[in-house]
Amino acid sequence: MSGLKYTKEHEWISVEGGVGTVGITPFAQEQLGDVVFVELPEVGRKAEQGKEIAVVESVKAASEIYAPVSGEVVEVNKGLPDTPATVNSDPLGNGWFFKIRLADAGQLAKLMDEATYKSFCEGLH
Amino acid sequence: MNAEALKKTPLHALHLELGARMVPFAGYDMPVQYPGGIIGEHLQVRAKAGLFDVSHMGQLRLTAKPGHDAATALERVVTADIKGLVIGGMRYALFTDENGGILDDLMVSNVGDHLLLVVNAGCKEADEAHLRQRIAGEVEIENLASRALLALQGPAAEDALARLVPQCRELTFMATAFWSIEGERCFVTRSGYTGEDGFEISIPGHAAERLARRLLSMNEVKPAGLGARDSLRLEAGLPLYGHDIDRNTTPVEAGLAWNIAKRRRAEGGFPGAEVIRRQLADGPSRRRVGILPEGRQPARDHSEIRDRAGRAIGEITSGGFGPSVNGPIAMGYVESAQAAPGQQLDLMVRGKAIPAKVVQLPFITHNYKRR
Repeated sequence: MSGLKYTKEHEWISVEGGVGTVGITPFAQEQLGDVVFVELPEVGRKAEQGKEIAVVESVKAASEIYAPVSGEVVEVNKGLPDTPATVNSDPLGNGWFFKIRLADAGQLAKLMDEATYKSFCEGLH
Repeated sequence: MNAEALKKTPLHALHLELGARMVPFAGYDMPVQYPGGIIGEHLQVRAKAGLFDVSHMGQLRLTAKPGHDAATALERVVTADIKGLVIGGMRYALFTDENGGILDDLMVSNVGDHLLLVVNAGCKEADEAHLRQRIAGEVEIENLASRALLALQGPAAEDALARLVPQCRELTFMATAFWSIEGERCFVTRSGYTGEDGFEISIPGHAAERLARRLLSMNEVKPAGLGARDSLRLEAGLPLYGHDIDRNTTPVEAGLAWNIAKRRRAEGGFPGAEVIRRQLADGPSRRRVGILPEGRQPARDHSEIRDRAGRAIGEITSGGFGPSVNGPIAMGYVESAQAAPGQQLDLMVRGKAIPAKVVQLPFITHNYKRR
């Protein structure tokens, strides 16, 4: 999957036509373990880059998801709260959390590309 | 704390080989889960069998000194009836302090010429010091630190162990035996911390890995870590020391007074007996209860509990997710007046009130092998 950008908090964003789809990375879901609960933002919610926007919980712990960019939430993955395990099984696909209309495409420059994110993760171990 | 400073059980290398995720626990480097994940391990234990390394726990042997009796001595520091514990039997007990608070929960086995104790890893040093301070004049206290402890738990545990020791089928819940397993003298009890049937096997440390590999080679048995151990015991309604019970909780508040036999209630002779007697007579001001949140949002430890009018009435002491229940579950303490099953509550999670209710424990049926 080319063109994905990544945050230090292990969110990914895929932008098309000014709207970014956001989820958590395979690395993040592996660290979390079995996901049992997700809390999605409301459609219409205004998000700020780096601020908490959603919640994902595993058996053992709760974890915040931060908005990779500022903007407005235009769609959420309605099926995800009923099938939280999808975050583990398909984090880059059906495990997406929400879509956000970017307020400022320039913010994407602050994020990591795939290679940088990969090195970043390797440095964490 | 880096991994080098942590203690290792005899199965440490095996855990790494199996791809376990290791975490510090009570000063040990322990597996929280294996690649299968906590939910998979939990469901495996309820459906077939899981093998846990619980060697970090303390194993202590008490042998009476000449002219003394080990059971009489131990009764001076625990709530349970030890004098009446038959040879080959095992019992749950509590160490208490002078305020009636719980210092630790433990299992006591009577093997005839001595007593064997299994205590929590996080308390084992304090427990040993406590025993030495109180009863060292009457019993020899040995720390069996070189022994490992394996817990084989689940409905298929008997089938698995029977391949090595066919007589294990005859051992009933809370009974114990010394058996030779693959040439090693082991102490086995039919007990556990999961709500399922199972065995705990005390084995010399040098032989533990071999036995673990043998058990894991069986179809029914998969490794299980501390994460699954916690979700299993929470579903089974079993308290965890340091969370649901501690020095600030009495056995009466914790719903554990059942282990204080009638004779002990009448005679006392253990620390805090007066406080406990009073609570038994008057009722405690708060009780440990099961709590079922509505919806899917878990409520974690230390979440405040409020009544529907918004008044704080307690706190969650163990909160998480029950894979067999397929939803969030919790235990906590609430004011006794609000402790009846069905009582509506609110749990404060991230500043929001999650509706919940008091439920009977356990969340799942226990499957112990009774007579």
